[in-house]
Amino acid sequence: MNLILDIAWTHVRARVRQTGFAVAGVATGVGFSIMMASLMQGSQDDFTARLVDTLPNVTVSDERRTPPRQPADTLYAATEIHGLTPEARRRGIKNPLASMAALEAWLPGAVGPSVKVQAIIRYANHDIATNVIGIDPRREAMVSDLPKQMRGATLTALYRATNAIVIGDRLSDKIGARIGANITLQTSEGARINAQVVGYFHSGVRQLDDSTAYVLTKTGQILSKQTGLINELRVRLRDPMSSREIAARIESDTGYKSVSWQEANEDLISTFIIRNIIMYTVVGAILLVASFGTYNIISTITHEKARDIAIMKSLGLTEYTVRSIFVIEALIIGFAGAVAGFVLGYLLCLALGSIEIKNPFIDSDHLPLAYSYVHYLLAGAVALVSSVVAGYQPARKAARLHPVEIIRGAT
Amino acid sequence: MSAIPLIEARNVTRILPGIVPTTLVQGVDLSIRENEFVAITGPSGSGKSSLLYLLGLLDLPTSGEVLVRGTETTHMPEEDRAHARLTMLGFVFQFHFLLPEFTVLENVMLPMRALGKLSRAQMRTRGGDLLGSLGLGDHINKRPDQLSGGQRQRVAVARALANEPPVILADEPTGSLDSKSSEQVFELLRDLVRVEGKTVVAVTHDLGMAERMDRHIELLDGRVRADERHDLAGRVSG
Repeated sequence: MNLILDIAWTHVRARVRQTGFAVAGVATGVGFSIMMASLMQGSQDDFTARLVDTLPNVTVSDERRTPPRQPADTLYAATEIHGLTPEARRRGIKNPLASMAALEAWLPGAVGPSVKVQAIIRYANHDIATNVIGIDPRREAMVSDLPKQMRGATLTALYRATNAIVIGDRLSDKIGARIGANITLQTSEGARINAQVVGYFHSGVRQLDDSTAYVLTKTGQILSKQTGLINELRVRLRDPMSSREIAARIESDTGYKSVSWQEANEDLISTFIIRNIIMYTVVGAILLVASFGTYNIISTITHEKARDIAIMKSLGLTEYTVRSIFVIEALIIGFAGAVAGFVLGYLLCLALGSIEIKNPFIDSDHLPLAYSYVHYLLAGAVALVSSVVAGYQPARKAARLHPVEIIRGAT
Repeated sequence: MSAIPLIEARNVTRILPGIVPTTLVQGVDLSIRENEFVAITGPSGSGKSSLLYLLGLLDLPTSGEVLVRGTETTHMPEEDRAHARLTMLGFVFQFHFLLPEFTVLENVMLPMRALGKLSRAQMRTRGGDLLGSLGLGDHINKRPDQLSGGQRQRVAVARALANEPPVILADEPTGSLDSKSSEQVFELLRDLVRVEGKTVVAVTHDLGMAERMDRHIELLDGRVRADERHDLAGRVSG
């Protein structure tokens, strides 16, 4: 074994209890860091997956990001207009089928047409504002997980009755409407129809399950009082993470406002960023505290070994060699702590994953955990770096000890 | 024999800084030549050990210079001074200063490993031979705390000889030993000079021992008070 390693290993091995405590400190830091990262990442992934699965990756609506220019603005270069309302346009996406075909020609995924209408559901003295979405059940499987989220019936049940409707399970519970119930839908355009509940869906996203209902496209057009209306194109991509770029391209191609799932949930995603900052701060603090243990043991060893340091220097070992010995000792503690921390972290994750939990905000009865080697590498790297940093100062001090002072003191 | 002294001190002064600066060594001029057996004596606080540490490059003079084989060392980088200690000088202290966690053989191998010129097997062989020649062949795998004081000091001598340095510097090498062990260590040092041609510079309180060495340097208040050479019959020449 290399001389530096040999001496370092001998020092560490000779203090089993002290070294054990320092290693345990680092291991605890690493273990809990891995557990926390796993839990945070797991819940984030779970939530993101639910958003991605449930909502369209990109929603193209018949709106524009900026109001259309007034004709006078277009005709005259310098015009100031007062008290003129913007030009009113007929609702809906122009030539929706042609637009869909054009999009499907290049984008990696599928496009589904829909009609989105705001309506009041009336049933048993309940008036609930609801998003009613008219869809084509045969295309829906290509653009969302709605067919998989159905409860009590399949999505094709929409074809079974005139004005059939599928409502969110939370909405169903709220108004007490079961399958077969006849509910009334009324829109701001003045349309009013009776619809029969033919099934429920459960997406796991509370906002959707609480206030969304699906009908056939034709029923949606009746509610909006506009035949042939398609006011939303719902896009599902093979790679949901590319939604921002695809949405930007659709918007520039069509002029219609295209919103990616990330943009639609920007507030939540920014919450994740803050949450991650908090997590890494806490993890950093844990590992910092653990590094105090390493600092402590290296300081103790250098103090106890002052005479040995003096003798090594008198024999001709350089400051660099002496410093390296103690930095290696810190590394040994950090490495052993990291390895033990990996095992501890994994066991903590297993233990946490086995706990049954009833949480109204999540579907699973177990905590969502993400097992990623990145968490282990990150925690291990931070543990090693903090150990070296903690060990460097006492090592440097030890290397600078003047051998004569120590030898004089010893004699 | 080379005309260049092995170690040379030129007007060396060492002052310990502090509120009241303490002069340890003052204006010492000294040459140590090959194959000399030199005793440095003097009362406590006369600067014997301080001079030895200066000659052994463990300490830096406040003024003056120390030359090893004609090379000025005072302004050398610390790494070069460390290398000079590793190759040119061997230290034996009053207390053995062996590393307690290592075996006797591992302690002797330490300077060889630091120098890194021999293979592991060669180091073991040389370490074993050295210990054998000092009567410690049966103790190579023992820890220092399993040996007597005299044995430990002999291990320290073996360690000092590990890299075959031309000079051995010994600071009170018999100071902590009984009379029998002291005599053994003295004979060992003398044989290094007589048989192996080494140079030994030893600080000692034992004037009887100093009289039996080739050269006797006496210090008083950090200055050289006397520098006498003895012939084999013990006659003094100035």
